[in-house]
Amino acid sequence: MKDKPVLSTQDLTMQFGGVVALNNLTMRIDPGEIVALIGPNGAGKTTAFNAITGVYPPTNGFVELEGKIIQQGFPKGKMKRLYAGENAGKYTKSLSLTPDRITKKGVARTFQNIRLFKNLTVFENVLIAHHTNMKAGVFQAAFGMNRKEEEDMRKRSWELLEMVDLSDVGLEKADNLPYGKQRHLEIARALATKPRLLLLDEPAAGMNPQETQEMGDFIRDIRERFSLTILIIEHHMNLVMDISDRIYVLDFGRQIAEGTPAEIQKNPEVIAAYLGVEQ
Amino acid sequence: MNQTVWKKRYSFYLSLLVLLVALGLLFWLEVNKSNYGMAVSVIQKSLVFSVVAVSMNLLNGFTGMFSLGQAGFMAIGAYTTAILTIPLSRVDGVYYMKGVAPWLKGVKTTLSVLPEPLLIVFALLIGGMIAGIFAFFIGIPVLRLKSDYLAIATLGFSEIVRAVISSPQLDRVTNGSYGLKNIPGFGVTQAGGVLPVGAGSLLIPFFFALTTIAFIVLVINSSYGRAFKAIREDEVAAEAMGINLLKHKQLAFVISSVITAMAGGMLAMYMRSIEARAFSVTLTYDILLIVVIGGLGSVSGSVLGAFVVTFAKDWFLRFFDSPLVIGGFQVPFLRMGFRMVVFSILLMIVVLFYRRGLMGSSEFSWKGIFRWIRRKKEGVETTKGEMIDYPDPPPAKPAPLIPDPPGAPQEGGRDER
Repeated sequence: MKDKPVLSTQDLTMQFGGVVALNNLTMRIDPGEIVALIGPNGAGKTTAFNAITGVYPPTNGFVELEGKIIQQGFPKGKMKRLYAGENAGKYTKSLSLTPDRITKKGVARTFQNIRLFKNLTVFENVLIAHHTNMKAGVFQAAFGMNRKEEEDMRKRSWELLEMVDLSDVGLEKADNLPYGKQRHLEIARALATKPRLLLLDEPAAGMNPQETQEMGDFIRDIRERFSLTILIIEHHMNLVMDISDRIYVLDFGRQIAEGTPAEIQKNPEVIAAYLGVEQ
Repeated sequence: MNQTVWKKRYSFYLSLLVLLVALGLLFWLEVNKSNYGMAVSVIQKSLVFSVVAVSMNLLNGFTGMFSLGQAGFMAIGAYTTAILTIPLSRVDGVYYMKGVAPWLKGVKTTLSVLPEPLLIVFALLIGGMIAGIFAFFIGIPVLRLKSDYLAIATLGFSEIVRAVISSPQLDRVTNGSYGLKNIPGFGVTQAGGVLPVGAGSLLIPFFFALTTIAFIVLVINSSYGRAFKAIREDEVAAEAMGINLLKHKQLAFVISSVITAMAGGMLAMYMRSIEARAFSVTLTYDILLIVVIGGLGSVSGSVLGAFVVTFAKDWFLRFFDSPLVIGGFQVPFLRMGFRMVVFSILLMIVVLFYRRGLMGSSEFSWKGIFRWIRRKKEGVETTKGEMIDYPDPPPAKPAPLIPDPPGAPQEGGRDER
């Protein structure tokens, strides 16, 4: 048998008003895997990320991280009446951790539209991500009583920047970096929170084939180095087929297929979702 | 390498020198208070306002929370300090209408064993503590709000504080709408002691401002300060990086409120007599003005702003308030109140030319000044908003092919990106 999954979701549903953005997503990600989440635009991929990382409390279903529930919900209040998903009544508990607590538990993410701290330096961007694992209180930190911790944080930030080839622009404002480097910086920043599971939301968006290839190598590289498990949303099919161990396909919020890249490429439903079918 | 080490020591000595000169000058001014009353008074007010401005900047400029509760917290600090420090012998005279509450008199009698300077420090700390407790509990619901809504909520709190203080139910504690007077001022007032009369009237506020501002600077430069800046830049990303939004916002709010309240206590000592009306929204706007003029996100900007605004408003522009006759010709417009017109026009000019305030978001540093002077000499384009330490000055920008239209934002200048 395999180990306990790093992340698993069960019947995860997100409904906004009358729109079911994500319907009964059930998936599992085992340690060390690179799993891709693909689907046409508006299929609910980013919604899944947001539900996993605590941006929204789930409407129904639950998310488990290393065997512990981090997000759980059931339709309440007005949603009870409006609920259009399945498995209503199956869950009766609700639990929703805030994004920062989920990050602390070892889930880091990047964003589809890059969200760097634009007016701070590249170095500061990474340094801030170390803050979450800091032990000193505000007075200790203000009066420099955690000097060792602070120096350690700085050293590790430079090491991370070295690793992603950004140390030469470390004192540049993050906003001044070229687009591709901003993507790398966002990943470096996510790595600084010491995650075990990394969620990448379209890391190669807007990149040319050469850069996409490099991004793929980079993702594989960080998986080895940080012994990560990675869940990735991506539209570049070459990249997805190249790096992922397994793929989940969503369409209109619904999970339509699951399997290895080879299986997915042959799956008629997936082809229909991407290309459309003649009636 | 050697050059940078030398420079670092150089700026340290330069700061020390300026500090000593400032101390000497302040001491000289305060012992000659009778001749320089205006200067002393304006410097006192500037020092107190610079503390409030810096702590407001911690919220608005560094954490990105648009809070307008300053006047309320200042009122809490001012009233606490005033109530605790009015000399016991004069209490009955102050509360001449309704009398003082017996428990309060008891507290004051107990506290009267403390020597006056200690009592004042104690009162300021208590004022800060009370404000901190208020900030903590108000923060729980209010800090979930964003931008304008937070501003309205904090503004409401500030008005509630003012209304409660002046309410008749609290007559026997705060003296209601009659206000409090006979609050001890700064420094030595009686002749015959070891120190000359006036000693401390500038140095006490100076040291108060120095310590509180230094504390805020230390917080800003710590890891927590960086977390505050991350929240200002992007809340969603900050939260995804594991920063607990509510906890950090509350931290900034409580620190800012405690220091604002202590500065309020200092303001009470500066004014000698206070009434609730003085702590209306206008006071908050005055401070907001200072922060914006100085530059959101710049501590030295707030201090500079406090001095510039207070000096201009209370001193330099007084000239416009009195009629002036030159050779039998009365200069038009110069009359009582015209000062504020000129002041407002000056403000508009400042805001037009320095859109991000006098200092932008950069800080004062000797190194920066040196670099600026050097570049001015070499005729290289200056970048004043620069915070990055290049090993060498960056190469001059090649002239653009198409000349910028007049008034176009200069690259690396103070304009918003």
